[in-house]
Amino acid sequence: MTQIAIIDSGGANIASLLFAFQRLQTKAILTSDADVIRNAPRVLLPGVGAAKDAMKRLTNAGLIDVIRELKQPVLGICLGMQLLCDGSEEEDVECLGIIPGTAEKLAATSDNPVPNMGWCSTNITAGHAVLKRIEDESFFYYLHSYALPISDNTLATASHAGEFSAVIGHRNFVAAQFHPERSSTAGAQLLRNFVGVGT
Amino acid sequence: MQFRNHRVVGDILELAERYCLEGADELVFYDITASPDGRSVDRSWVTGIAAVLDIPFCVAGGIKSVADAEDVLNKGADKISINSPALANPELITELARRFGSQCVVIGIDSREDHGNYFVYQNTGDPDKTSAAQRLTQHWVVEVQERGAGEIVLNCMNQDGVRSGYDTGQLETMRSLCKVPLVASGGAGGMAHFFDVFDVANVDGALAASVFHSAEINIGDLKHFLAAKNVSMRI
Repeated sequence: MTQIAIIDSGGANIASLLFAFQRLQTKAILTSDADVIRNAPRVLLPGVGAAKDAMKRLTNAGLIDVIRELKQPVLGICLGMQLLCDGSEEEDVECLGIIPGTAEKLAATSDNPVPNMGWCSTNITAGHAVLKRIEDESFFYYLHSYALPISDNTLATASHAGEFSAVIGHRNFVAAQFHPERSSTAGAQLLRNFVGVGT
Repeated sequence: MQFRNHRVVGDILELAERYCLEGADELVFYDITASPDGRSVDRSWVTGIAAVLDIPFCVAGGIKSVADAEDVLNKGADKISINSPALANPELITELARRFGSQCVVIGIDSREDHGNYFVYQNTGDPDKTSAAQRLTQHWVVEVQERGAGEIVLNCMNQDGVRSGYDTGQLETMRSLCKVPLVASGGAGGMAHFFDVFDVANVDGALAASVFHSAEINIGDLKHFLAAKNVSMRI
Protein backbone atom coordinates (compact mmCIF):
# COMPACT_ATOMS: atom_id res chain seq x y z
CA MET A 1 0.00 0.00 0.00
CA THR A 2 1.31 3.42 -0.92
CA GLN A 3 2.00 5.51 2.11
CA ILE A 4 1.86 9.27 2.13
CA ALA A 5 4.04 11.34 4.43
CA ILE A 6 2.32 14.64 5.12
CA ILE A 7 4.95 17.12 6.25
CA ASP A 8 3.94 18.86 9.45
CA SER A 9 4.44 22.50 8.53
CA GLY A 10 2.31 23.67 11.45
CA GLY A 11 -1.06 25.34 11.31
CA ALA A 12 -4.47 23.78 11.55
CA ASN A 13 -6.51 21.97 8.95
CA ILE A 14 -4.42 18.86 8.59
CA ALA A 15 -7.38 16.74 9.72
CA SER A 16 -9.24 17.31 6.46
CA LEU A 17 -6.24 16.05 4.45
CA LEU A 18 -5.88 12.96 6.61
CA PHE A 19 -9.59 12.26 6.18
CA ALA A 20 -9.35 12.72 2.40
CA PHE A 21 -6.74 9.96 2.18
CA GLN A 22 -8.79 7.84 4.56
CA ARG A 23 -11.69 8.12 2.08
CA LEU A 24 -9.28 6.91 -0.63
CA GLN A 25 -8.22 4.05 1.63
CA THR A 26 -4.64 5.27 1.52
CA LYS A 27 -2.46 5.43 4.59
CA ALA A 28 -1.22 8.94 5.36
CA ILE A 29 0.76 10.09 8.35
CA LEU A 30 1.57 13.55 9.63
CA THR A 31 5.27 13.82 10.36
CA SER A 32 8.28 16.10 10.71
CA ASP A 33 10.72 13.19 10.92
CA ALA A 34 13.34 13.51 8.16
CA ASP A 35 13.81 9.74 7.75
CA VAL A 36 10.10 9.04 7.51
CA ILE A 37 9.79 11.78 4.86
CA ARG A 38 12.82 10.57 2.86
CA ASN A 39 11.56 6.99 2.80
CA ALA A 40 7.89 7.64 2.04
CA PRO A 41 6.74 6.64 -1.47
CA ARG A 42 4.79 9.94 -1.66
CA VAL A 43 5.29 13.22 0.16
CA LEU A 44 2.74 15.94 0.62
CA LEU A 45 3.58 19.49 1.70
CA PRO A 46 0.46 21.26 2.97
CA GLY A 47 0.37 24.66 4.60
CA VAL A 48 -2.08 27.10 6.08
CA GLY A 49 -1.27 30.57 7.32
CA ALA A 50 1.76 32.76 6.68
CA ALA A 51 4.68 31.69 4.46
CA LYS A 52 7.25 33.12 6.87
CA ASP A 53 5.97 31.07 9.83
CA ALA A 54 5.86 27.89 7.75
CA MET A 55 9.44 28.41 6.44
CA LYS A 56 10.61 29.03 10.00
CA ARG A 57 9.01 25.79 11.17
CA LEU A 58 10.55 23.80 8.29
CA THR A 59 13.94 25.34 9.04
CA ASN A 60 13.69 24.57 12.76
CA ALA A 61 12.68 20.99 11.97
CA GLY A 62 15.79 20.67 9.75
CA LEU A 63 13.66 19.86 6.71
CA ILE A 64 14.78 22.44 4.13
CA ASP A 65 17.42 20.29 2.41
CA VAL A 66 15.44 17.10 3.08
CA ILE A 67 12.58 18.47 0.95
CA ARG A 68 14.90 19.88 -1.74
CA GLU A 69 16.54 16.48 -2.19
CA LEU A 70 13.36 14.38 -2.41
CA LYS A 71 13.23 12.15 -5.50
CA GLN A 72 9.77 10.60 -5.06
CA PRO A 73 6.55 12.33 -6.19
CA VAL A 74 5.90 15.39 -4.01
CA LEU A 75 2.64 17.36 -3.93
CA GLY A 76 2.39 20.87 -2.50
CA ILE A 77 -1.02 22.20 -1.52
CA CYS A 78 -2.07 25.84 -1.15
CA LEU A 79 0.66 27.53 0.89
CA GLY A 80 2.70 24.36 0.33
CA MET A 81 2.72 25.26 -3.38
CA GLN A 82 4.17 28.66 -2.62
CA LEU A 83 6.73 27.15 -0.23
CA LEU A 84 8.09 24.97 -3.06
CA CYS A 85 8.80 28.07 -5.16
CA ASP A 86 11.52 30.73 -4.95
CA GLY A 87 9.67 32.99 -2.59
CA SER A 88 6.60 35.03 -1.76
CA GLU A 89 5.81 38.70 -1.80
CA GLU A 90 4.19 38.06 1.58
CA GLU A 91 6.76 39.64 3.93
CA ASP A 92 9.34 39.07 1.14
CA VAL A 93 10.05 35.60 2.37
CA GLU A 94 12.52 33.27 0.68
CA CYS A 95 11.09 29.80 0.11
CA LEU A 96 12.50 26.41 -0.92
CA GLY A 97 13.46 27.42 -4.47
CA ILE A 98 12.56 24.08 -6.03
CA ILE A 99 10.04 25.38 -8.59
CA PRO A 100 10.87 28.69 -10.31
CA GLY A 101 8.56 31.62 -9.54
CA THR A 102 7.54 33.99 -6.76
CA ALA A 103 4.05 34.18 -5.24
CA GLU A 104 2.35 37.52 -5.74
CA LYS A 105 -0.48 39.14 -3.79
CA LEU A 106 -3.85 38.79 -5.55
CA ALA A 107 -5.28 42.09 -6.76
CA ALA A 108 -8.57 42.93 -5.03
CA THR A 109 -11.37 44.42 -7.13
CA SER A 110 -15.00 45.00 -6.23
CA ASP A 111 -15.98 41.81 -8.03
CA ASN A 112 -12.97 39.86 -6.80
CA PRO A 113 -12.49 40.24 -3.06
CA VAL A 114 -9.27 38.99 -1.42
CA PRO A 115 -8.78 36.47 0.10
CA ASN A 116 -10.13 34.45 -2.80
CA MET A 117 -12.42 32.06 -0.95
CA GLY A 118 -14.51 29.80 -3.09
CA TRP A 119 -14.89 27.58 -6.10
CA CYS A 120 -13.10 28.61 -9.29
CA SER A 121 -13.31 27.08 -12.72
CA THR A 122 -9.87 25.69 -13.53
CA ASN A 123 -8.39 25.36 -17.02
CA ILE A 124 -6.01 22.52 -17.69
CA THR A 125 -3.26 23.87 -19.94
CA ALA A 126 -0.79 20.96 -20.04
CA GLY A 127 -0.95 17.22 -19.56
CA HIS A 128 0.26 15.68 -16.32
CA ALA A 129 -0.34 12.41 -14.49
CA VAL A 130 -2.01 14.16 -11.53
CA LEU A 131 -4.56 15.78 -13.86
CA LYS A 132 -5.69 12.57 -15.53
CA ARG A 133 -9.45 11.99 -15.77
CA ILE A 134 -10.14 15.53 -14.60
CA GLU A 135 -12.29 17.54 -16.98
CA ASP A 136 -11.13 20.92 -18.22
CA GLU A 137 -12.96 23.76 -16.43
CA SER A 138 -13.64 21.64 -13.37
CA PHE A 139 -14.30 23.69 -10.23
CA PHE A 140 -11.87 23.48 -7.33
CA TYR A 141 -12.02 25.11 -3.91
CA TYR A 142 -9.53 27.96 -3.30
CA LEU A 143 -8.61 29.77 -0.13
CA HIS A 144 -5.68 32.16 -0.63
CA SER A 145 -4.39 35.72 -0.87
CA TYR A 146 -1.19 35.00 -2.84
CA ALA A 147 -0.61 33.01 -6.02
CA LEU A 148 2.09 31.99 -8.48
CA PRO A 149 2.05 33.77 -11.85
CA ILE A 150 1.76 31.76 -15.06
CA SER A 151 5.08 30.21 -16.14
CA ASP A 152 6.55 27.43 -18.27
CA ASN A 153 5.79 25.08 -15.37
CA THR A 154 2.07 25.93 -15.28
CA LEU A 155 -0.19 22.91 -15.81
CA ALA A 156 -3.54 24.55 -15.01
CA THR A 157 -4.79 28.10 -14.52
CA ALA A 158 -7.60 29.86 -12.73
CA SER A 159 -8.64 33.48 -12.59
CA HIS A 160 -9.43 35.93 -9.81
CA ALA A 161 -9.10 39.49 -11.11
CA GLY A 162 -6.14 38.10 -13.09
CA GLU A 163 -4.95 34.66 -14.14
CA PHE A 164 -2.66 32.65 -11.91
CA SER A 165 -1.15 29.17 -11.77
CA ALA A 166 -3.64 26.69 -10.32
CA VAL A 167 -1.31 23.71 -10.77
CA ILE A 168 2.41 23.71 -11.50
CA GLY A 169 4.85 20.89 -12.08
CA HIS A 170 8.63 20.63 -12.16
CA ARG A 171 10.57 17.36 -12.10
CA ASN A 172 9.04 15.14 -9.41
CA PHE A 173 7.35 18.11 -7.76
CA VAL A 174 3.78 19.14 -8.48
CA ALA A 175 1.66 21.65 -6.61
CA ALA A 176 -1.91 22.92 -6.49
CA GLN A 177 -3.13 26.28 -5.25
CA PHE A 178 -6.58 24.88 -4.46
CA HIS A 179 -7.53 22.41 -1.74
CA PRO A 180 -8.13 19.02 -3.41
CA GLU A 181 -9.26 17.61 -0.05
CA ARG A 182 -12.18 20.04 -0.13
CA SER A 183 -12.85 20.02 -3.89
CA SER A 184 -15.41 17.23 -4.10
CA THR A 185 -14.99 14.57 -6.80
CA ALA A 186 -12.50 16.52 -8.94
CA GLY A 187 -10.25 17.01 -5.92
CA ALA A 188 -10.51 13.36 -4.91
CA GLN A 189 -9.49 12.39 -8.45
CA LEU A 190 -6.36 14.54 -8.22
CA LEU A 191 -5.37 12.93 -4.92
CA ARG A 192 -6.10 9.48 -6.35
CA ASN A 193 -3.90 10.33 -9.35
CA PHE A 194 -1.12 11.47 -7.05
CA VAL A 195 -1.28 8.24 -5.04
CA GLY A 196 -1.14 6.27 -8.30
CA VAL A 197 1.61 8.24 -10.09
CA GLY A 198 4.10 5.84 -11.70
CA THR A 199 2.30 2.72 -10.46
CA MET B 1 -27.94 23.65 9.51
CA GLN B 2 -29.23 24.63 12.88
CA PHE B 3 -29.22 22.14 15.67
CA ARG B 4 -28.89 21.80 19.38
CA ASN B 5 -26.31 19.76 21.21
CA HIS B 6 -28.72 17.05 22.25
CA ARG B 7 -29.71 16.23 18.72
CA VAL B 8 -28.37 12.91 17.49
CA VAL B 9 -25.22 13.44 15.46
CA GLY B 10 -26.30 10.78 12.97
CA ASP B 11 -29.04 13.11 11.77
CA ILE B 12 -26.52 15.84 11.03
CA LEU B 13 -24.17 13.49 9.21
CA GLU B 14 -26.97 12.14 7.06
CA LEU B 15 -28.17 15.62 6.16
CA ALA B 16 -24.62 16.81 5.49
CA GLU B 17 -23.97 13.92 3.12
CA ARG B 18 -27.26 14.53 1.33
CA TYR B 19 -26.41 18.19 0.71
CA CYS B 20 -22.92 17.26 -0.39
CA LEU B 21 -24.31 14.81 -2.96
CA GLU B 22 -26.86 17.36 -4.17
CA GLY B 23 -23.94 19.70 -4.97
CA ALA B 24 -23.79 22.17 -2.08
CA ASP B 25 -20.60 24.24 -2.30
CA GLU B 26 -20.21 24.75 1.42
CA LEU B 27 -22.04 23.83 4.62
CA VAL B 28 -22.42 25.90 7.77
CA PHE B 29 -23.25 24.21 11.05
CA TYR B 30 -24.93 26.46 13.59
CA ASP B 31 -25.10 25.50 17.21
CA ILE B 32 -27.76 28.12 17.78
CA THR B 33 -28.01 27.70 21.53
CA ALA B 34 -24.31 27.84 22.28
CA SER B 35 -23.83 31.56 22.71
CA PRO B 36 -26.79 32.57 24.92
CA ASP B 37 -26.47 29.55 27.23
CA GLY B 38 -22.81 30.16 27.93
CA ARG B 39 -22.15 26.46 28.36
CA SER B 40 -19.36 24.30 27.02
CA VAL B 41 -19.88 22.40 23.82
CA ASP B 42 -19.10 18.82 22.94
CA ARG B 43 -17.46 19.18 19.54
CA SER B 44 -16.70 15.57 18.68
CA TRP B 45 -19.35 15.84 15.96
CA VAL B 46 -17.00 18.19 14.02
CA THR B 47 -14.59 15.30 13.49
CA GLY B 48 -17.43 13.11 12.25
CA ILE B 49 -18.44 15.76 9.71
CA ALA B 50 -14.86 16.35 8.55
CA ALA B 51 -14.40 12.64 7.90
CA VAL B 52 -17.29 12.37 5.45
CA LEU B 53 -17.41 15.78 3.71
CA ASP B 54 -15.25 16.58 0.71
CA ILE B 55 -16.47 20.17 0.50
CA PRO B 56 -15.58 23.01 2.88
CA PHE B 57 -17.58 23.55 6.03
CA CYS B 58 -17.84 26.21 8.66
CA VAL B 59 -18.77 25.90 12.32
CA ALA B 60 -20.73 28.68 13.99
CA GLY B 61 -21.82 29.10 17.59
CA GLY B 62 -20.02 28.68 20.88
CA ILE B 63 -16.63 29.92 19.71
CA LYS B 64 -15.60 32.50 22.28
CA SER B 65 -11.82 32.24 22.37
CA VAL B 66 -8.73 31.42 20.33
CA ALA B 67 -8.67 28.04 22.11
CA ASP B 68 -12.27 27.29 21.05
CA ALA B 69 -11.40 28.18 17.45
CA GLU B 70 -8.27 26.05 17.49
CA ASP B 71 -10.27 23.08 18.79
CA VAL B 72 -12.82 23.39 15.97
CA LEU B 73 -10.19 23.89 13.25
CA ASN B 74 -8.04 21.01 14.50
CA LYS B 75 -11.08 18.76 14.35
CA GLY B 76 -11.25 19.45 10.61
CA ALA B 77 -13.50 22.49 10.12
CA ASP B 78 -12.29 24.83 7.38
CA LYS B 79 -13.69 28.00 8.88
CA ILE B 80 -15.12 29.28 12.10
CA SER B 81 -17.92 31.82 12.26
CA ILE B 82 -18.37 34.10 15.24
CA ASN B 83 -21.19 36.50 15.97
CA SER B 84 -22.15 37.51 19.53
CA PRO B 85 -18.68 36.88 21.06
CA ALA B 86 -17.17 39.24 18.45
CA LEU B 87 -19.61 41.96 19.50
CA ALA B 88 -18.78 41.42 23.16
CA ASN B 89 -15.04 41.45 22.42
CA PRO B 90 -14.08 42.80 18.98
CA GLU B 91 -10.40 42.16 19.76
CA LEU B 92 -11.20 38.45 19.40
CA ILE B 93 -11.50 38.94 15.61
CA THR B 94 -8.02 40.46 15.48
CA GLU B 95 -6.55 37.62 17.53
CA LEU B 96 -8.23 34.91 15.45
CA ALA B 97 -7.09 36.46 12.16
CA ARG B 98 -3.53 36.82 13.44
CA ARG B 99 -3.41 33.26 14.72
CA PHE B 100 -5.21 31.36 11.95
CA GLY B 101 -5.31 33.75 8.99
CA SER B 102 -8.25 35.76 7.69
CA GLN B 103 -9.28 32.97 5.32
CA CYS B 104 -10.82 30.92 8.11
CA VAL B 105 -12.39 33.75 10.12
CA VAL B 106 -16.02 34.37 9.21
CA ILE B 107 -18.07 37.01 10.99
CA GLY B 108 -21.80 36.44 11.22
CA ILE B 109 -23.89 39.58 11.54
CA ASP B 110 -27.58 39.66 12.43
CA SER B 111 -28.96 42.91 11.15
CA ARG B 112 -32.40 44.48 11.28
CA GLU B 113 -33.79 47.63 9.73
CA ASP B 114 -35.24 50.24 12.03
CA HIS B 115 -36.53 53.59 10.71
CA GLY B 116 -34.29 53.51 7.67
CA ASN B 117 -31.13 52.46 9.53
CA TYR B 118 -29.64 48.99 9.88
CA PHE B 119 -28.69 47.85 13.38
CA VAL B 120 -26.70 44.83 14.59
CA TYR B 121 -28.41 42.38 16.98
CA GLN B 122 -26.76 39.95 19.38
CA ASN B 123 -27.61 36.62 21.02
CA THR B 124 -30.18 35.96 18.31
CA GLY B 125 -30.14 32.21 19.03
CA ASP B 126 -32.52 32.80 21.94
CA PRO B 127 -35.49 35.14 21.45
CA ASP B 128 -35.49 36.01 25.18
CA LYS B 129 -31.87 37.18 25.11
CA THR B 130 -31.78 38.84 21.70
CA SER B 131 -30.89 42.49 21.96
CA ALA B 132 -29.74 45.38 19.81
CA ALA B 133 -25.97 45.72 19.97
CA GLN B 134 -26.07 49.53 19.69
CA ARG B 135 -24.07 49.40 16.49
CA LEU B 136 -24.93 50.44 12.97
CA THR B 137 -24.48 47.50 10.63
CA GLN B 138 -22.44 49.61 8.19
CA HIS B 139 -19.95 50.50 10.92
CA TRP B 140 -19.62 46.93 12.10
CA VAL B 141 -19.14 45.62 8.54
CA VAL B 142 -16.20 48.00 8.12
CA GLU B 143 -14.72 47.31 11.56
CA VAL B 144 -14.71 43.52 11.29
CA GLN B 145 -12.82 43.79 8.00
CA GLU B 146 -10.27 46.14 9.53
CA ARG B 147 -9.80 43.58 12.27
CA GLY B 148 -9.12 40.80 9.78
CA ALA B 149 -12.41 39.05 9.05
CA GLY B 150 -12.06 37.05 5.82
CA GLU B 151 -15.76 36.68 5.09
CA ILE B 152 -19.04 38.15 6.28
CA VAL B 153 -22.36 36.33 6.51
CA LEU B 154 -25.10 38.93 6.74
CA ASN B 155 -28.34 37.61 8.12
CA CYS B 156 -31.11 40.09 7.41
CA MET B 157 -33.51 39.52 10.29
CA ASN B 158 -36.45 41.33 8.71
CA GLN B 159 -36.48 38.61 6.08
CA ASP B 160 -35.42 35.64 8.17
CA GLY B 161 -38.01 32.87 8.21
CA VAL B 162 -40.39 34.90 6.07
CA ARG B 163 -39.36 33.26 2.80
CA SER B 164 -40.22 36.33 0.77
CA GLY B 165 -36.75 36.76 -0.68
CA TYR B 166 -33.36 38.02 0.47
CA ASP B 167 -33.07 41.67 1.55
CA THR B 168 -31.34 42.67 -1.67
CA GLY B 169 -31.42 46.37 -0.77
CA GLN B 170 -29.55 45.91 2.48
CA LEU B 171 -27.17 43.38 0.95
CA GLU B 172 -26.37 45.69 -1.94
CA THR B 173 -25.59 48.49 0.53
CA MET B 174 -23.27 46.26 2.57
CA ARG B 175 -21.68 44.72 -0.54
CA SER B 176 -20.37 48.16 -1.49
CA LEU B 177 -18.57 48.29 1.88
CA CYS B 178 -17.12 44.77 1.61
CA LYS B 179 -13.66 44.01 0.31
CA VAL B 180 -14.08 40.43 1.51
CA PRO B 181 -16.63 37.86 0.34
CA LEU B 182 -20.20 38.58 1.45
CA VAL B 183 -22.70 35.76 1.94
CA ALA B 184 -26.42 36.52 1.97
CA SER B 185 -28.62 34.92 4.60
CA GLY B 186 -32.28 35.12 5.51
CA GLY B 187 -35.38 35.05 3.36
CA ALA B 188 -34.89 32.39 0.70
CA GLY B 189 -38.25 30.93 -0.29
CA GLY B 190 -37.92 30.06 -3.96
CA MET B 191 -35.29 29.60 -6.66
CA ALA B 192 -35.91 33.07 -8.08
CA HIS B 193 -34.83 34.59 -4.76
CA PHE B 194 -31.37 33.09 -5.19
CA PHE B 195 -31.08 34.53 -8.67
CA ASP B 196 -32.19 37.97 -7.44
CA VAL B 197 -29.62 38.13 -4.67
CA PHE B 198 -26.75 37.27 -7.02
CA ASP B 199 -28.09 39.53 -9.75
CA VAL B 200 -29.07 42.59 -7.69
CA ALA B 201 -26.78 42.49 -4.65
CA ASN B 202 -23.77 40.85 -6.34
CA VAL B 203 -23.13 38.69 -3.27
CA ASP B 204 -20.47 35.99 -3.30
CA GLY B 205 -22.69 33.29 -1.87
CA ALA B 206 -26.24 32.64 -0.76
CA LEU B 207 -27.04 30.70 2.40
CA ALA B 208 -30.34 29.03 3.18
CA ALA B 209 -31.61 26.48 5.66
CA SER B 210 -35.32 25.76 5.79
CA VAL B 211 -35.98 25.46 2.05
CA PHE B 212 -33.26 22.81 1.86
CA HIS B 213 -34.18 20.99 5.08
CA SER B 214 -37.78 20.67 3.94
CA ALA B 215 -36.54 19.48 0.52
CA GLU B 216 -38.67 22.17 -1.10
CA ILE B 217 -35.62 23.13 -3.12
CA ASN B 218 -33.10 20.56 -4.31
CA ILE B 219 -29.61 22.10 -4.39
CA GLY B 220 -28.72 20.40 -7.67
CA ASP B 221 -31.88 21.73 -9.36
CA LEU B 222 -31.21 25.19 -7.95
CA LYS B 223 -27.67 25.25 -9.32
CA HIS B 224 -28.83 24.21 -12.78
CA PHE B 225 -31.49 26.94 -12.63
CA LEU B 226 -28.86 29.57 -11.71
CA ALA B 227 -26.29 28.34 -14.23
CA ALA B 228 -28.93 28.59 -16.99
CA LYS B 229 -29.28 32.25 -15.99
CA ASN B 230 -25.51 32.73 -16.31
CA VAL B 231 -24.65 32.80 -12.62
CA SER B 232 -21.20 31.16 -12.49
CA MET B 233 -21.64 27.87 -10.65
CA ARG B 234 -19.97 24.57 -9.99
CA ILE B 235 -22.43 21.99 -11.36
